[in-house]
Amino acid sequence: MKKLARQIIFYTALLSIWAILAKLRVWPPYLFPPPWGVGHALWDGFADHSFWIGIAVTMKRMLIGYTLSIVLGMILGLAVSSNKFLEETLGGLLVSLQSLPSICWIPLAVLWFGLTEKAILFVVLMGSLLSVTIAMEDGRKQMPKIYGMAGRNLGASGFRLFWYVLLPASLPFIVNGMKQGWAFAWRSLIQAEMIFLSLGLGQLLMMGRDLSDMSQVMAVMILIIILGFMVDGLIFRTMERRLQEKYGLTPA
Amino acid sequence: MSTSPQNAYQPAVPAVPHTGVRPNVLNGRPASSVTIFPNRPVTEIAIPKVALDGISLSYKTTSGERLLALDNISLEVRAGEFLCIVGPSGCGKSTLLHLIAGLNPQTSGRVLVDGKPVSGPGTDRILIFQELGLFPWLTVGGNVEFGMKMKNVSKAEREEKVQYYLRLVHLSKFRDSYIHQLSGGMRQRVALARALATEPDVLLMDEPFAALDAQTRDLLHDELERLWAETGRTIIFVTHNVREAVRLGDRVALLTFRPGRVKQEFSVNLARPRHMEHTEVARSARDILDCLREEINKSLEAEYADEKIS
Repeated sequence: MKKLARQIIFYTALLSIWAILAKLRVWPPYLFPPPWGVGHALWDGFADHSFWIGIAVTMKRMLIGYTLSIVLGMILGLAVSSNKFLEETLGGLLVSLQSLPSICWIPLAVLWFGLTEKAILFVVLMGSLLSVTIAMEDGRKQMPKIYGMAGRNLGASGFRLFWYVLLPASLPFIVNGMKQGWAFAWRSLIQAEMIFLSLGLGQLLMMGRDLSDMSQVMAVMILIIILGFMVDGLIFRTMERRLQEKYGLTPA
Repeated sequence: MSTSPQNAYQPAVPAVPHTGVRPNVLNGRPASSVTIFPNRPVTEIAIPKVALDGISLSYKTTSGERLLALDNISLEVRAGEFLCIVGPSGCGKSTLLHLIAGLNPQTSGRVLVDGKPVSGPGTDRILIFQELGLFPWLTVGGNVEFGMKMKNVSKAEREEKVQYYLRLVHLSKFRDSYIHQLSGGMRQRVALARALATEPDVLLMDEPFAALDAQTRDLLHDELERLWAETGRTIIFVTHNVREAVRLGDRVALLTFRPGRVKQEFSVNLARPRHMEHTEVARSARDILDCLREEINKSLEAEYADEKIS
């Protein structure tokens, strides 16, 4: 409760300073809108449905791209972690590729797929695929070996051993990488949307700039922060905590 | 190369002057245990349930030299027998169980179950690991069900057997609990139920009670003895605790320290149910312990020698 009180005080203070600076007109309002201006923009955006549509389009792309990267990342990670040759060759390449910001894939994506949905999904996929792959690989290595042995001992083998034992056993070690993968995918998607004109939150942001509407720009920024925080902070962190508790990794 | 069943029980060993425990020169089951558990059929089958035929295992250490862990081990276990294997830490007794379970291959020799060589894991031999290896992502019921699911047992039958085996280990109430919610002794019992539910002929147990407090361990000894009597399984039980071995076993095999060899076998001719605190158990254990002490000293020497080098 004390923590909540402090947070309320902090955000109230922040808003007050913002409001005072805007009221004093230190900078002109078209560059530095007051909080209520941004509030208006948020309200208008939801009222004329443009924000709803933007959120829906962006989240749909996220879900498709992220699901793809989870599936492909798991297959790749599994291949790399179970084959010494692949680990030494492909594994190294994947780590070095991770230093490439995913926005760098945009020129390639546009040339390959044109200004289409596919190009955006490709960028999202490249953004998160590598962290999911590496997380999967690490998870397989960190997972206690006893589970694999116990599974084989109880008659599991092949795909069923993977699906019913190895995958769930490595889950707490993978979830962190999945979280990171989501964060990368989220960044890549917004970046890609800002360059392509194709609905979505990124485009709304650019539209605000083109119209010199600072209030809309800030409103969309707030929206992006809130959405990102909700998924990352609420969904993933809860999942992580629950898993660790269940697997006995933290004193429950 | 293979030992015939007749002379397998007659190793050339010096007689230990004691009544309770003696080197195994008899082929028969002690009469005392028959009177306690009259329901258990005392059958002598020509083919042993499990036979280890000249098992050796060596592996390369990180420094590149070959280390012989198990050296020409031959042992036979009758159907329904409770065999305990004792030895100092590092004698390869856990490794031996892993070989019987088919989780690792031996370098030479054969593991035979019902006369047929073992070539991999099989649900006729279930190992209860020292660390248990219960699956934390499944409930207690899910864990017990797991082996049957892998054997494609029908849903209805699984349901029924989960109930049956959980009742057998007194955990019916905890069917929907997760492993982290259970105490150490309860986890042991889940592991036991999980192993029994696949209905193996042979139960392999790797120091399952080592990490438990004395009271819990005593209770589980009683339960294990009861379950063994009720289900008629063959049990191979590995421990470093000689008294525990005498408490539970029909027979105790003593392994030497590195490389592991069968040093001597003892029949335990004490009436059941036994108890860890019984004086006969303590006295019998002392006889085996005398024999074991030499090996423990060797293992300690090796440990200290390692220290000097590093």
